Amino acid sequence: MATHADFPGSVGLVEPHTLHVEGPMPLDCGKKLSQFELVYETYGTLNADASNAVLICHALSGNHHAAGYHDDTDPKPGWWDKCIGPGKMIDTDRFFVVCPANLGGYNGSTGPHSAHPETGRHYGPDFPVVTVGDWVRSQDILRDALGIEQWCAVIGGSLGGMQVMQWSIDFPDRLRHAVVIAAAPKLSAQNIAFNEIARQAIVTDPEFHGGRYYEHNVVPRRGLMLARMLGHITYLSDEAMRAKFGRDLRDGRISYGFDVEFQVESYLRYQGASFVDRFDANTYLLMTKALDYFDPAHAHGGDLARAFEPVTARFMVISFTSDWRFAPARSREIVDALVDAGKQVSYAEVTSDLGHDDFLLTMPHYVNTLRAYLNRAAVEIGA
Amino acid sequence: MNTHTTDSHDGLRDDLALISNWITPGARVLDLGCGDGALLAHLQAHKQVSGYGLEIDADNVIECVAAGVNVLQLDLDAGLEQFEDNSFDFVVMSSALQEVRRPDELVDEMLRIGRDSIVTFPNFGHWKPRVSLGLRGLMPVSGSLPNRWYDTPNIHLCTVRDFETLCRQKQVDIVRRHVVNHAHRSNIGMRTFPNLLGEIALYQLRHHATA
Repeated sequence: MATHADFPGSVGLVEPHTLHVEGPMPLDCGKKLSQFELVYETYGTLNADASNAVLICHALSGNHHAAGYHDDTDPKPGWWDKCIGPGKMIDTDRFFVVCPANLGGYNGSTGPHSAHPETGRHYGPDFPVVTVGDWVRSQDILRDALGIEQWCAVIGGSLGGMQVMQWSIDFPDRLRHAVVIAAAPKLSAQNIAFNEIARQAIVTDPEFHGGRYYEHNVVPRRGLMLARMLGHITYLSDEAMRAKFGRDLRDGRISYGFDVEFQVESYLRYQGASFVDRFDANTYLLMTKALDYFDPAHAHGGDLARAFEPVTARFMVISFTSDWRFAPARSREIVDALVDAGKQVSYAEVTSDLGHDDFLLTMPHYVNTLRAYLNRAAVEIGA
Repeated sequence: MNTHTTDSHDGLRDDLALISNWITPGARVLDLGCGDGALLAHLQAHKQVSGYGLEIDADNVIECVAAGVNVLQLDLDAGLEQFEDNSFDFVVMSSALQEVRRPDELVDEMLRIGRDSIVTFPNFGHWKPRVSLGLRGLMPVSGSLPNRWYDTPNIHLCTVRDFETLCRQKQVDIVRRHVVNHAHRSNIGMRTFPNLLGEIALYQLRHHATA
């Protein structure tokens, strides 16, 4: 049996838990889920007064497995293992970290691949379109089930950061701190355009079968792969791609053909192909829609400051200079609205190279800022 | 013009302690170029002040966060238009006026955003810089101007008279003025000849009250 000590700096071996929820749970789209499962992982120990809990909200391709390993032979740890663990930025020696998989996901909480309770068949395209608000309401059910009155902090990057904002607006008393990383208050037309191309790539794949591909024992491989390749370009900066690949050729020479020649092509194909093995096309459609719909200011005539009026949590907003998917200016929109609403907020703009995916990494300025912030949050609750 | 009431200032830098005396309890404060957040941390702890610091340096931002000060990592030269008119009781800018691209425009912005503004800067009219430049023909280096001409962040140095001329042109009311030496002490000489004997000038400004 492997122990914590076998994985230095890691939370070690972890296993997912499942919360069964009997509904019906009403959704923003008007439909209901009669029952659902939330799969989640936890790291660290909940203290006696349950005050040291931190919720991690995942992004588009994330899931409940944020840190540690599932077994000894796991080649890779959870998606945010660099930042979550003993002594790490999100310190599991002090915090009880909870990471649920979102509804509509794959290989976790109830989603299109799950069995419909009435038919016993995969939901497929019948899985309702879920929103950031729906996710936050389901996460609040998990909070209650875990006996946590109030999160010490809710933390998320990208689409995860949008959930953090939604938490602060919908359940202001349920969190002390809101940490929003590499996010935006809503998608731009350009962001939505990229999502639409990704969705079109999936739904026009002949193997998509209107979303019922499970029943045909196929997956819309090409479509999902293209969607991921496109997405990946938006996660990296021009500079990072230049530095990583330049115009390097895989075989050292031009072949005057249309197969893989440049290293960047090889990289994208690899990223796309490996994504198909761990992700679901219907989930990709749902996640991109949740992104497109997120706009808390919409109900307030486009006034984000008014949307933030109920907020009592203190905010830490972080952006990355090389991120062009959700550029620093987008984070500053969040900050400006919080300032206008008279809320407590700090903002750090981290100089970076990689792009949007920088939030998963450990640049010293990023880590030290968030570490300092969470240290104060821990001291406040005596953790 | 000077106020002589002082509060407790455990370890606060002298110039910040002087500024702190001018800020009313419970005020909403915007601190431009807030450094490590010492002023706001002090005001939060002793005067129930709320607000934000603006700071460009990453290490200073971390210091502010560690001190529990709301800090926004922004460049003053990028403008302050995101802040609404009269949204703060005080806008403070300590020793940063001479480092920004357009001090005159920034003063306008401070007056727009805050009911009161507090500005401090090193006085280039002090006799030492005058002697250095006038007699020795060298750009001055001193306690309040420690950098050499080629590595100084100070790109818009001015004198007490220069600044007050600008205030007159802008029809800005000078609510208070305080001039001190490098150790932040004042005396009757400095009060009589501020432009010649003051090394650091502190001003509290307000929009000219229109009848």
